[in-house]
Amino acid sequence: MLDNLTQRLSRVVKNLRGQARLSEENITEMLREVRMALLEADVALPVVKDFIAKVKEKAVGQEVIGSLTPGQALIGVVHRELTELMGGQASGLNLATQPPAVILMSGLQGAGKTTTTAKLGKWLKERQKKKVLTVSCDVYRPAAIEQLKTVSAQAGIDFFPSSADQKPLDIAAAALDYAKRHYYDVLFVDTAGRLAIDAAMMAEIKALHAQFQPIESLFVVDAMLGQDAVNTAKAFNDALPLTGIVLTKLDGDARGGAALSVRQVTGKPLKFAGVGEKLNGLEEFHPERMASRILGMGDILGLVEEAQRGVDQDKAQAFAQKMKAGKGFDLNDYKEQIGQMRQMGGLSSMLEKLPAQFAQAAQQAGGAAGEKTIARIEGIINSMTPMERAKPELIKASRKRRIATGAGVQVQEVNRMLTQFEQMQKMMKQFSKGGMQKLMRGMKGMMPGMMR
Amino acid sequence: MFGFEKKKNNEDTPNAPVVAQLSWGERLKKSLAKTRGQLGGLFHRAKIDEELLEDLESTLLMADCGIEATQWLLEELKSRVKKDRLETPTQLRSALIDLLQALLAPLERPLNIASHTPFIIMIAGVNGGGKTTSIGKLAKHFQKQGKKVLLAAGDTFRAAAREQLMVWGERNDVSVIAQESGDPAAVVFDAISAANARGIDVVLADTAGRLPTQLHLMEEIAKIKRVIQKAEPTGPHEVLLVLDANIGQNAVQQVKAFDKAVGVTGLIITKLDGTAKGGVLAAIARQCPKPVRYIGVGEGIDDLQAFRASEFVAALFEAHDTP
Repeated sequence: MLDNLTQRLSRVVKNLRGQARLSEENITEMLREVRMALLEADVALPVVKDFIAKVKEKAVGQEVIGSLTPGQALIGVVHRELTELMGGQASGLNLATQPPAVILMSGLQGAGKTTTTAKLGKWLKERQKKKVLTVSCDVYRPAAIEQLKTVSAQAGIDFFPSSADQKPLDIAAAALDYAKRHYYDVLFVDTAGRLAIDAAMMAEIKALHAQFQPIESLFVVDAMLGQDAVNTAKAFNDALPLTGIVLTKLDGDARGGAALSVRQVTGKPLKFAGVGEKLNGLEEFHPERMASRILGMGDILGLVEEAQRGVDQDKAQAFAQKMKAGKGFDLNDYKEQIGQMRQMGGLSSMLEKLPAQFAQAAQQAGGAAGEKTIARIEGIINSMTPMERAKPELIKASRKRRIATGAGVQVQEVNRMLTQFEQMQKMMKQFSKGGMQKLMRGMKGMMPGMMR
Repeated sequence: MFGFEKKKNNEDTPNAPVVAQLSWGERLKKSLAKTRGQLGGLFHRAKIDEELLEDLESTLLMADCGIEATQWLLEELKSRVKKDRLETPTQLRSALIDLLQALLAPLERPLNIASHTPFIIMIAGVNGGGKTTSIGKLAKHFQKQGKKVLLAAGDTFRAAAREQLMVWGERNDVSVIAQESGDPAAVVFDAISAANARGIDVVLADTAGRLPTQLHLMEEIAKIKRVIQKAEPTGPHEVLLVLDANIGQNAVQQVKAFDKAVGVTGLIITKLDGTAKGGVLAAIARQCPKPVRYIGVGEGIDDLQAFRASEFVAALFEAHDTP
């Protein structure tokens, strides 16, 4: 894992302790580290240069308050500045026009335009009760139209059929006509992916824009994009009067510096962020979180949200009920919990979201090994009958042998797992009796592999 | 040096805007024009100084080389300047060319599909990297070599991915094994059985795009590989990771993550025809070297070709050389 900016700076500033102000001299070296961090996050170099200059201007003369080190003070400035740069203008979609409000989607190949179209459509339909129509002008890639049709159906919005032998302009004209006659509020025009240097294709999208005068013209951009993001964004921005940017694939592990590059070059607001392939995976853009992420400071809020997404509320409620009712914690529950952890991306992905210093500590405690142990435990539970899961005390020698064979492990491992489970069960009992302190004491041994 | 200037028209993508037909070497050069332009300008200066080195650093960074590879290249160059007493920027330029050659040469290991019949190739990658498109191009490429090709529509997740492959297969007369929905591993298993029965030479197995952070999907792709091994114990004979050249330093992470899950044996670098790119190859060579089997510089069916380090470096530096 890349070093976190905080750590890097703390190395640089060791000899700076006790200085009360950030000055030209003492921040030069620190700014170099900031520059590295931004480049590692794929922020484009020209943007980095501008940014560093701006931070320098703001930082020099700042007082180092209270217990902060100069490094922390500088990070504060950097973080604030990043947040400010990426935030600002109000987001959300502007639909204030005579319906149908046309929304044009553009971007490179594979940026995620079609998926984003469906996500936005679903969002508008569910949050703002709009009547939404989609149409695809991608007559180039095989089955692109089919794809929009499928995702539109999944999103529960209407789709205007087109075919690959039509011209994009004709398709859009027909769709607009249809949308008007059937009183749609919003018409999404999905387009083919194109490279900014492809003059013919850029002319095509310009023509589309000129004909429809869309109220929103959204540029869809992959959060993993590298240095070239500036050139691409600039070319699209020059060709089309963009009104906003949608960042996609934010659930990957890229630091997403492209967000800053694109924002800076186009000057257009970052409106939404796409996470995951499910059609509800669309969030409003959070500049402060993005700033933390670019700086490698972890995305705790993201982790919390992911936890909420991953955990099935109903199941959690049912579990709490069961505990309250004094019924025992059995292997079914154990398995359930393991499953939920997996849904959140497993231990290692959770660790990665933590700020670097915590993540490292957890790694040292055997994070990766823990993952494997958990998979084995799941395997062992899977080899049990429902009866055994509900009443683990049934499991005696011959059952253990059968379970061990079924899971492909040694009998000892089954024993170990059962012992761990018993400890956990005991803990849960204490918990239901209301002894939080006791619970904390009993915590040891709960996470197999973690505390060893 | 440029062995394949075949003229082909884009019969397969009738709607694609017609581009002037250039040789592969020229197209590659055109793709890397921007990076080359920046590199070229640097070496016209009078002498080697800090400023030149700094600008070289910027150029390398902007070509997506990443910090690690850029610093390595610069350190190496500086030590050569000292050791070999380099004085003129022209000498520096040839030193850089040598350095890049040496760095990229180990990646040049063309794919040999003769080792087994059927030769099973599994394709992996993140969403939108160009997997399905690359499969189309590869199929055509093998077909031209007189091989019988079979495609397995293993992307059962994304809407219309199956249709995309089927449309493509129909146009180009390549059989596609697909199922209405269901388990990708099952589709691939079927395809291998069919390949054995029909005497197919190459099986190309598509998979759904996935981000390395989606652990359950990474597990799924590992399962696809295990199922291939069940159907054909020697397979898969090649696990190709498709990388989008537009992607920044996350490319390195992707190689590592997919390698961990399925054991990547080769790379396809697509979409090199943007503007300022190619440096990501240096980052990969430094941090996670894997053979680069093919590189793609356009939408045309012939725009995917075997990677040659010398050709690639030449395209980065030489504006007009005669093949």
